[in-house]
Amino acid sequence: MTSIPRRGLLAGAGSALLGLTLAGCDQIGRNPGVRATLARAEGLTMAAQRLILPRTALAREFTPADISPDFRANGSLRPAGTAYQNLVANDFADWRLEIGGLVERPLSLGLADLRARPARTQITRHDCVEGWSSIGQWTGARLSALLEEAGLKPEANYIVFHCADRLDTFAEGDRGLYYESIDLVDAFHEQTILAYQMNGADLPVKHGAPLRLRVERQLGYKHAKYVMRIEAVESFAHIAGGQGGFWEDRGYEWYAGI
Amino acid sequence: MDDPINPVRTRPRHSLLVRLTHWINVLVLLVLLGSGLQIFNAHPALYWGHASTFAEPWVAMTAEPKGQRLAGYTQVGGLKVETTGLLGLSDGQRRGFPAWATLPGYRSLAEGRRWHFFFAWLFVFNGLAYLAWGLASGHFRRDLAPRRAELSPRHLWTEIRDHLALRFPRGHYNTLQKAAYLAVIFGLLPLMVLSGLGMSPGVNAAWPWTFELFGGRQSARTVHFLSAMAIVAFVLVHIAMVLASGPLRQLRAMITGGEAPPPAPGAHP
Repeated sequence: MTSIPRRGLLAGAGSALLGLTLAGCDQIGRNPGVRATLARAEGLTMAAQRLILPRTALAREFTPADISPDFRANGSLRPAGTAYQNLVANDFADWRLEIGGLVERPLSLGLADLRARPARTQITRHDCVEGWSSIGQWTGARLSALLEEAGLKPEANYIVFHCADRLDTFAEGDRGLYYESIDLVDAFHEQTILAYQMNGADLPVKHGAPLRLRVERQLGYKHAKYVMRIEAVESFAHIAGGQGGFWEDRGYEWYAGI
Repeated sequence: MDDPINPVRTRPRHSLLVRLTHWINVLVLLVLLGSGLQIFNAHPALYWGHASTFAEPWVAMTAEPKGQRLAGYTQVGGLKVETTGLLGLSDGQRRGFPAWATLPGYRSLAEGRRWHFFFAWLFVFNGLAYLAWGLASGHFRRDLAPRRAELSPRHLWTEIRDHLALRFPRGHYNTLQKAAYLAVIFGLLPLMVLSGLGMSPGVNAAWPWTFELFGGRQSARTVHFLSAMAIVAFVLVHIAMVLASGPLRQLRAMITGGEAPPPAPGAHP
């Protein structure tokens, strides 16, 4: 019953498959067309999540007993440069958050101004793209209220967060600076806040003092630390690597709900 | 499917859709495993519950100094063993799983995730096609559901003895084989999808039960890892069984469809 050509064919197919999996995958993965194809899954994931995820659905909030005693800090732990050190030395009294871009009324707010704005406190789980999670309590100004105060122009599609830290010291110009962007669905979400407190105390430097974004329902790298300037834009294609964030410019998904 | 010219034409041992989805699954699961291990390597430790307890992982792969050199270690619960060259440290690099087991081979969480999520979608579409067809065509009922007589202790004992003696019935799936396939098709593979969704912050907000089901996101990550290892174990046994029961005949049947099964189930050749 066994025909020799078929046997040879099977053996050939088997060894080809093995060779493909062991040595060929890295080659295949470097092909730009393959990369573009693989990246398409992000659109499907985002569409599927937006379909099942109501705009107003909240990320699970936990109790004070759930707060992690060992909340891990990742990325920059303390921005370099004298400008930031001076801000720290003065307890951020000289720090101001600029809100501009496609807004009717650009804002410049100090920490006291932010504390006077509508606030929210939430105990949420922070999910790092690396796979770990920590639970923390965050208090901050609601981004939606700030954006309403500034008045978004109709052509604004995204909110960009420019940060004080240069996470990639080898990259030239603004390409090494940390930044992030979210769309208006997430910007106006109830749990999207600019946190100035963590676990009831002033936000520690390693966690992004004086201000970090909390955009629950997405992974940790979206939660920009050391926020200095907020810019409403029509498109983020012109900013740094054009992918909408520091890690996005390095191959990570812009939509980080997975 | 009635054929007006050959009304009594027998169906192949493995239908076209079973063969197609099977081989797609082979490729998809290989990519998911390699890229999954790449993702795992970004934080080679596992926890139970909602959050990570960094000082007390229940599984951790680390590289630590041993004399003048680094050594790889794997800790599971209270047990810690040296695994240099395989886990914790390989090719002189700190990494959970070695380069040959990950996709890509070099370290790239971003690329690992791209591979993983693209092929996760393929896995879901392929799995849904298989499930829909298996239900509609009667494949599950006819070929996979154990018959009453097959579940008698006497019959099972005979099958176990036959397996130990490497005697396998031809044509139809035996009961142990059916049980293994059913556990994978309706147990492990759906569990992979569920525990994967249990790790997604977006899906968690939409459907909180996806992480509550496991007792937290870190538990979901642990279950995802363990069920992946269980699938690897299944595949190893599956391949061993193919090798033990006529690999060329079995492979050919899974590619070309093979001969029709004999009319009566359970008959030895």
